[in-house]
Formats: sequence, structure tokens, C-alpha cells
Amino acid sequence: MLRRLLVFIPLFIFLTVGFFLWRGLQLDPAELPSALIDKPVPAFSLSSVFDENTLLTQEQLKGKPALLNVWATWCPTCKQEHEQLNRIARNEGVTIYGINYKDDRAKAQDWLTRYEDPYVLNIYDDKGSLGLDLGVYGAPETYILDKDGIIRYRHVGEVNEKVWGKLRGLMQDLEGSGS
Amino acid sequence: MRHLLIMLLLWLPLTAQAAIDSFEFRDEATRERFYSLTAELRCPKCQNQNIADSNSPIAQDLRNEIHRMLQQGDSDQEIVDFMVARYGEFVLYRPRVTAQTLVLWYGPFGLLAIGVVVIVVMTRRRKKAPRPGVPEVQETGPLEPVEPLSDAERHRLDKLLKQDEK
Repeated sequence: MLRRLLVFIPLFIFLTVGFFLWRGLQLDPAELPSALIDKPVPAFSLSSVFDENTLLTQEQLKGKPALLNVWATWCPTCKQEHEQLNRIARNEGVTIYGINYKDDRAKAQDWLTRYEDPYVLNIYDDKGSLGLDLGVYGAPETYILDKDGIIRYRHVGEVNEKVWGKLRGLMQDLEGSGS
Repeated sequence: MRHLLIMLLLWLPLTAQAAIDSFEFRDEATRERFYSLTAELRCPKCQNQNIADSNSPIAQDLRNEIHRMLQQGDSDQEIVDFMVARYGEFVLYRPRVTAQTLVLWYGPFGLLAIGVVVIVVMTRRRKKAPRPGVPEVQETGPLEPVEPLSDAERHRLDKLLKQDEK
């Protein structure tokens, strides 16, 4: 009886290995889980894009669930998703905070006046110090914050229609659960 | 002319590698630590390169950061923790031994042990159990023919044996 079962061992090994390889095909190796999920936004004190003398801190990101978008004028994908962010902010009333990452102040101001400004706050991170603390490895990146400024989700890459569908669901869950 | 061209081409990769930013270090030991740290930390953007090899902006930033922390006197452990806190376990080319990575670290030894056990069990069984189809060999005494040869058979056997001598 036992010998009969032994015959199936190769099949069993094949199925196990096959399953994991198949799973591997569905995974995007470029998508890293953020190390900061369920942790607060790192402390920072940076000026606003529009006003050097206005200091912004992590405290100002609290209040309600929001998106935190890392962008730069040198980043083509940021340009691509900008229209989508405008629409989300304008039509759906979502709070979006912007981090201008390793950029030039004048260029950033020019961009925001020319292409419309979807951001409630514009954090000017020219040295990339906040980006480093957030673990940003390529703009654009978009984080979901809950009302206490805790990072709940990170998306790397463009926020297109499909991605926004997912993010919206996550944000609705946050509002629904009251956190 | 051709020799000159070949020599120039051979130089190309060397100069390309030398184009990486230069850092000043307090002493040789710190320089060594910098090299070993940047070799063991993975670039989050380019995935299959370490921080030392990659030319992506993020790798450059991280090299600057490691250099700054080394000059500031931070230990290797502090620097690695700093990176993991921001970019996750992913940046470690040598994963830590945790409950999640136990299989990764010790799985191969486990498989090896299973293999050894299987081989030992199989060879033991093979020695003990007779293989099907092969008659059991009696180890006591010389082989006796089942029944003695008849005269005709003996005659034929002799003939066959002598055949070669002719």
C-alpha cells in the first residue's frame, strides 16, 4: 500500500513546484511592500513649494484619510498621472497632499500653475530627505494615509483609472471604519 | 593603427567603472566598511544590483547616506537597520534569520538530510530483500546440480568443451 503511494511523490513535487512558479508569474518584482505600512508618516519640517517661509510638518497631514503623492517635474509618469489627480481632487473631493521630490522650486511652481494644483499642501523636499525616510525609490509614489497620519498603503507608479479604483476602495474602507 | 584601436577599446570598460563618485574616508577601515556595506545592500530601484554598482539616483543617495553615517561614527548594524526601516528586508542581499526566512536558510540542509535518509533506507532494503526474478543464492556449500547428467548429455558437454582446443 505504502509503495503505491510512493509512486505519487514525483507528481506531488511537480505540483508543488509548479504552483509556486505559477504564483511567481503573477508577482511584479518591481513592486515592493513599503516598510512603513501601519506606521506614521516620518517626522519632517519642510517649506511649502509656494512659500519658503511656511514650514510644514507631519502634524498637518492628519485630520482625514488622504493621499500623499510624491512627484517631480523631471518625472514623465508624474505628468501622465497629473490629470487623474486633478480629476480626483476636483470631482471626488479627495484630499491629496503633494511632496515635490528632489526638484527645483521655480519649476515646481510653474508646473502647478500651468497644469492645475490638485494638492491641499505642497511639501518642498528638494534634498529628498523626506523621500528617503519614506523609502521612496522612484517617483511617482502614492500613499494612503488614515486620519491619524498613519500610512496604510503604498502604490509605486502611475495612478491610473484602474489603480485609483483600488485606492478608492481602500480609502472608503478607512472612512467606513472611522479610522 | 589597429593595435591602437584595440588598446583604446580595452580601456573603455575601465574608465566606465572609474566614473563612480569618490568619497573621502577617515581611515582605511571605514573605507572597507563602506565597500562591504554598499556591496551587501540592494538597490531598491534596480533590484538586481547592489548600491555600489548601481548608477541610479536612489543608489547614489543611499551611498551618500551611508558615507555620511559612517563619518558620523554609526555602526554597521545601525546603518543596516536604517535602510531596513525605510526600504524593508528587501534591501538585504543576505537575509536575516527570522521565522520567515528559516526555510530559506535551513531548507537546503533539511532536504539534504531527507535525501541521505532515503538513500540509506533504500540501500539497506536492497541488501536485505531479494530482488524479484533473481533466484536466491545459497551461500553454504558448492552448487549441486539438480539432477545428474545423463550419459548422452555428458558426452555432448565434453564435445562442446573440447571444441575450442582443436
